[in-house]
Amino acid sequence: MEPSKQISLTGRRSQKRRLKSASDNYRGYMATDHNAGERGAESGKLRRWKLLRGRTLLWVHVVPIMLPTAVCNGHLHHHHQKQNNLLKSGICKKNGITKGMKKNGVSNGTLYKKTFIEHFEQAPMYVAVLTFLGFGVGTVFGYLRDFMRAWGLEKRNIATEREEQKDFVPLYQDFENFYTRNLYMRIRDNWNRPICSVPGPQFDLMERVTDDYNWTFRFTGRTIKNVINMGSYNYLGFAETDVNALKTVTIELQKYGTGVCSTRQEMGTLDKHVEIEKLVAKFLGVEDAMVFGMGFATNSMNIPALVGKGCLILSDELNHTSLVLGARLSGATIRIFKHNNMQSLENLLRDAIIYGQPRSHRAWRKIIILVEGIYSMEGSIVRLPEIVSLKKKYKAYLYLDEAHSIGAVGATGRGVVEYFGMSPDDVDVLMGTFTKSFGAAGGYLAGKKLVDFLRTHSHSAVYATSMCPAVAEQIIRAMKCLMGLDGTTQGLQRVRQLGRNTRYFRRRLHEMGFIIYGNDDSPVVPLLLYMPGKIGAFARRMLEKNIGVVVVGFPATPITESRARFCVSAAHTREMLDTVLNALDELGDFLRLKYSRYSKSSHPELYEETSHELED
Amino acid sequence: MAATGMGQQWVLVEMVQAFYEAPAYHLILEGILILWIIRLLFSKTYKLQERSDLTPKEKEELIEEWQPEPLVSPVPKDHPALNYNVVSGPPTHIISVNGKECINFASFNFLGLLDNEKVKSAAQASLKKYGVGTCGPRGFYGTFDVHLELEERLAKFMRTEEAIIYSYGFATIASAIPAYSKRGDIVFVDEAACFAIQKGLQASRSNIKLFKHNDMADLERLLKEQETEDQKNPRKARVTRRFIVVEGLYMNTGDVCPLPELIKLKYKYKVRIFLEESLSFGVLGEHGRGITEHFGINIDDIDLISANMENSLASIGGFCCGRSFIIDHQRLSGQGYCFSASLPPLLAAAAIEALNIMEDNPDIFQTLRAKCERIHKALQGISGLKVVGESFSPALHLQLEKSCGSREDDVKLLRRVVDYCMNSGIALTQACYLEKEEKCLPPPSIRVVITVEQTEQELDKAASLLKEAAQSVLN
Repeated sequence: MEPSKQISLTGRRSQKRRLKSASDNYRGYMATDHNAGERGAESGKLRRWKLLRGRTLLWVHVVPIMLPTAVCNGHLHHHHQKQNNLLKSGICKKNGITKGMKKNGVSNGTLYKKTFIEHFEQAPMYVAVLTFLGFGVGTVFGYLRDFMRAWGLEKRNIATEREEQKDFVPLYQDFENFYTRNLYMRIRDNWNRPICSVPGPQFDLMERVTDDYNWTFRFTGRTIKNVINMGSYNYLGFAETDVNALKTVTIELQKYGTGVCSTRQEMGTLDKHVEIEKLVAKFLGVEDAMVFGMGFATNSMNIPALVGKGCLILSDELNHTSLVLGARLSGATIRIFKHNNMQSLENLLRDAIIYGQPRSHRAWRKIIILVEGIYSMEGSIVRLPEIVSLKKKYKAYLYLDEAHSIGAVGATGRGVVEYFGMSPDDVDVLMGTFTKSFGAAGGYLAGKKLVDFLRTHSHSAVYATSMCPAVAEQIIRAMKCLMGLDGTTQGLQRVRQLGRNTRYFRRRLHEMGFIIYGNDDSPVVPLLLYMPGKIGAFARRMLEKNIGVVVVGFPATPITESRARFCVSAAHTREMLDTVLNALDELGDFLRLKYSRYSKSSHPELYEETSHELED
Repeated sequence: MAATGMGQQWVLVEMVQAFYEAPAYHLILEGILILWIIRLLFSKTYKLQERSDLTPKEKEELIEEWQPEPLVSPVPKDHPALNYNVVSGPPTHIISVNGKECINFASFNFLGLLDNEKVKSAAQASLKKYGVGTCGPRGFYGTFDVHLELEERLAKFMRTEEAIIYSYGFATIASAIPAYSKRGDIVFVDEAACFAIQKGLQASRSNIKLFKHNDMADLERLLKEQETEDQKNPRKARVTRRFIVVEGLYMNTGDVCPLPELIKLKYKYKVRIFLEESLSFGVLGEHGRGITEHFGINIDDIDLISANMENSLASIGGFCCGRSFIIDHQRLSGQGYCFSASLPPLLAAAAIEALNIMEDNPDIFQTLRAKCERIHKALQGISGLKVVGESFSPALHLQLEKSCGSREDDVKLLRRVVDYCMNSGIALTQACYLEKEEKCLPPPSIRVVITVEQTEQELDKAASLLKEAAQSVLN
């Protein structure tokens, strides 16, 4: 995370004021800003913030509600800055977003229609020190044990090369697996836990034990029943076994069987595929869509069809592996911009257009921006309105991966495009997966004047087996439910329930004093653990309390930012969430995980206000 | 200088003397002049910087000027790939293509398991218990007991230590190769290798050496070349991994790789072998274990076998199998394994049931082989078309004996043959390729797929129909 911070406040009081002063933008802006400053000075709470501001602590960015008719923003920003060039530039960067917009002449006031709040609080210094210390200790012991294994003092559990091939070039370099062998192995039991039921709000885990410190596992034959599932991406609760809900899936499975045994271009386009593609296009409000059998491959096998040599890909630094792989396979030049940082993106865009391709200085053939809707490890939501205005200004194309956001955000579950109240036509390539919200498998690409090309040029259409028809039916039924085509409002209720659950869960965690990342509306909730030792302790103790959580560490996250990740589902009941929250509260004290210095008690206004705004 | 001798020395002495005698202002002036000359020598006569820096206005103009290419080029509506066949209902033995009922000679449903009742009921039971999706990758609660069972069953079936499943056939070998082979490593690959292998190699960023299709002499030449290269730089050679990547039964040509010779080369040059068996798994060998069983080779001699479950097993997904030492590595390094949602349990359950059927009816492979041989024989001697592929290959290619000059025309011609057959109730397709993406584009062909469900009459009918079609279209 950047060593920059910006604290922007939108108070309920100021909001009223904003409404009043919206007629005169400039004055309104100044006035509110000024007032906010005054209010900040008056407020004892804020004074406490100021005491802390010397240290880089918190970055909360609130992009305020803008009135649709107003020409400019009547928002207020209150910056706590450090007298430091680096930080100043950091703030400029953040601030440049709004400034840039104004300059671009797109400030029609509709950029953000709702509050956009994201938290990336930085932990105290001692946490970072202890984290490195933890890795240091782990590494030292790793070397010690490697040494002992080499001298035969410790049993070698690792699988070894065949005798016949001992003189081949080693398949793995010893150092490559150091981390796996010595650190990951110690806490390996927290991943790949096998389950033996539907991955709904609760699941059953197969109990497994290890006799050799996680080198091998042995199943006891018992199951751990009704573990609360905080790990699966079952946002809308469509991973279910209800007979009525699955009726059509059962019928189609009986009719079609499981496989297709051919590719889309040869003999693998079934009527089911035609049906689902029409429905997906209708759901997204675009001209046409195409579906693929695997979400990962949707990215990795289609990006190469869209861009190639002489093209430029601008990719968010935290993009998913599938996007990275697709970009790499395409042969285009790849440049990375800072996560969700519009200034960084704009700089890259400007430089790219002005200076052209490196060495040859020819103009780029095309520039495509790759972003995700919700980032799965950060819980942040893409700044879509700003990206769209940048892409329009610089004539770039936008590829939006809605793997986690489709179904999960937006008033009717149509993803970040709807969340920001934008038109699907603003995005050139809409991509998403069916694995998460729809409880199925596969992915789609959709857009205007795009799909015909994909049908003829997609690697997946020519070489990969098409989607299983029963899986397609699951998507169709979930999507129909979301669209209300099944004659109920159940789909809408699920979306709303997810929103309520998300905000409740996030708010409570904030109050307890955990550091959690991401947008207040994102159902992906990363809770920062930092220290490597706490990864294992946290996940194991949560399992003892019958709660299944996902923990992630290096290399999936930066080395100092190990975290637990919760995925809130519409299927979670309030009781389940409370059970989890109570367990977290207890465990947070026990493991000393409550690193945040902004709990509810220290700053009530912010949370009161946000919950008020988001609930309506 | 020494050559001039005394005279030179005298001048030097004089110079030093003059230096001592000269007045101070003179020396200062000369000093300044020298400095001036140095400055002139080292300074630039013009300022490059000023010339190249763009003014903000110019920058804006450049940005204004730039016109990108359209994201995608428009595709004419009559593009053959846009007018694909639409199958209504299941793509089983009898298939309804574009509303017309045909006998299916196009889907890779070799063992006819696609509409097998047992497989379906296994999938139904799984659907009832687990629902459809897994809602997570294997690491994050996406591992189901069914997956573990399928992996165990596949390993047992193939008689290897371990197996690992992927949720997409294409992603299997495409993820497996880059898990082992990295930048700087060397991969020897058959030029007829399928697209999934090509993509895997591209993702690995390794040094790729193509050898002629099934030409062991060419492969050995490359290996020898590498050997001499290695002797030049033994330190680098010690850490450069080498692989041979081949297919058991080639998707693009329908013939088998000479595995026994490859094994000899493997031990001679210390190269590992990765084998892609999507077509041969569940087809070749007495028990359908693939090319290793076909040649009677110890499966441990192959470092990694990869196959998809989308052909013989009539499910979705793929798997890799081999020794634990090798396979286990993919659980953290196989990108398509780690970062993708796991296989829907109902598809895994279907695959398990399909394996059961394969184990219970080993004659099925004999039946398939007999049928392949029958049609292979029947297709010989069609004027204008030649049969490419082994007699026992369940997917063989019919290529034009003589190209009419351009690939486009050939494709059109073959399309007419296919349409002719389709009108008479035999569903066939051309083998589709992305012409610009393939490393070595195979010539256009009609792919004939043989399954156990086709009766002898149907096989003969297809063969005679193809003969008829060729007669009417090509002559």
